[in-house]
Amino acid sequence: MAADGPVELRMHAQGGTGVYRRGVMRVVSVLVLLVTWEVAARLAGSRLFPPASSVFRAMVQLSRSGQLPLNLAITLKRVALAFLVSMVLGSALGLAMGLWRWLDLLLDSWLTMLLNLPALVIIVLIYVWFGLSDTSAIIAVALNKLPTTAVTLREGARTIDHDLLDMAKSFHMRRWPVLRHVILPQLYPYMFAAARAGLALIWKIVLVVELLGRSNGVGFELQVYFQLFDVTDILAYTLAFILVVQAIEWCVLQPLERRLGSWRTSH
Amino acid sequence: MVRAAAAGAPTRIMANIALNVKIRQKCRGSRPVLGALGFQLADGEIVALVGPSGCGKTTLLKIIGGLDTDFDGLISWRGDQRPRIGTVFQEPRLLPWRTVRQNLALVLPPDARAGADDLLHRLNLWIFRDAYPAQLSLGMARRVAIARAFAIEPEIVLLDEPFVSLDPEMAARCRDLLLDAWRRRPTAALLVTHDMTEAASLADRILLLSAGPMRILTDVTVPTSIRRNGVAAAAGFAQQLAAMAGSPGATSALPDRQ
Repeated sequence: MAADGPVELRMHAQGGTGVYRRGVMRVVSVLVLLVTWEVAARLAGSRLFPPASSVFRAMVQLSRSGQLPLNLAITLKRVALAFLVSMVLGSALGLAMGLWRWLDLLLDSWLTMLLNLPALVIIVLIYVWFGLSDTSAIIAVALNKLPTTAVTLREGARTIDHDLLDMAKSFHMRRWPVLRHVILPQLYPYMFAAARAGLALIWKIVLVVELLGRSNGVGFELQVYFQLFDVTDILAYTLAFILVVQAIEWCVLQPLERRLGSWRTSH
Repeated sequence: MVRAAAAGAPTRIMANIALNVKIRQKCRGSRPVLGALGFQLADGEIVALVGPSGCGKTTLLKIIGGLDTDFDGLISWRGDQRPRIGTVFQEPRLLPWRTVRQNLALVLPPDARAGADDLLHRLNLWIFRDAYPAQLSLGMARRVAIARAFAIEPEIVLLDEPFVSLDPEMAARCRDLLLDAWRRRPTAALLVTHDMTEAASLADRILLLSAGPMRILTDVTVPTSIRRNGVAAAAGFAQQLAAMAGSPGATSALPDRQ
């Protein structure tokens, strides 16, 4: 075992340079995209295809006026709530369906139906039935995401190691510690997969929901600029949006995943 | 038909008996796995169950451990409460996302915290206390599983082939360490194995089992002269037993039989 020390160190060193090189490549790839965009837009010279520099300027202006941060915050709140509701309910449902066969048989066709229901239909029906409110908006988004989360977690629940459950039972572990320390760690990869795919989907659907039935938020603003054919401001909002999503990916999701998966990389 | 039951069961249990097993039958589907069999386990006694692989030993341990309640028979113990049972499974069954110490801490009752560290020292695991299971060799992981079973300060320990697929040297070391852990607090223990020498070198009594459905062929007491006195001392006795297990009719030829 003592001989493992140096080997481990070397592996860390290699991992270090790999991360560094990946970071550089990422920056280069973004720069190439921006330069290509700038040059192409200048060559085109159309009001409908503004260069990157104008879009950045518009973004700064919209930020200074407070309009962009406010609408972004409103949209983010809706995203967060819909994400939370769909993850908690979807995970619970998927876990239960994976563990109990009868529940799976009972709800499977419902889930399939919900999966295949177009997002727009869900949104319109929820608005019609529950009114044009923030609650309706969040329910509509959560309902769109819930079935895919449930399906992913059901897959995860089916892979749960029953030997470990037997172990927990034989050592008289209580229900909550079993769920927290034996079951959930086996589901983390599935929950992360669901969270990643979920965020990507929810961003998109929240904008549609705002466009159809809210009077603020990024979706609503985009609709206004669409009516004015104001591509520069549309792209400014889009860019701000992308930056926020990336920030969440880098500052929240990835560190969390590393922390929860640290036991996996430590050997 | 009687199923697993706690105290108040019709069987009276003597003061020094930790566990009383009475199985009438256990079927898997329509196939009987366990036939009628019964035995008792006294305090501080190690009893080895030896039989061909697949004869139902693991199933019996699951029944005793309360993991399988679908059987015809009665498992009883002294006192009102189900005793604390520490199990060493055939695979170590450690949680891969928790370190050695965290694995132990998770199952410890509040009154047994201090003993766990002492056991890690005794089983030569202290320097690996913060390692994850994937960083351990199979022999070390097995020892952690043994430490875990003893750390809960059990009244009964169930060991299901705890040394299988270790090389002979490591198996011998693990056996010594197991005895160390056991001597610290001699607990009634049931050891399932298919290795006669292992059984003879660890146990006070050996139950020889037959397959399909499983029954007890004979109940042999290991002579005190060779008891827990190393593999070399046990080898000759084990050979005699093995010969006997091959010919069930010849049980009367057995040495020191009770």
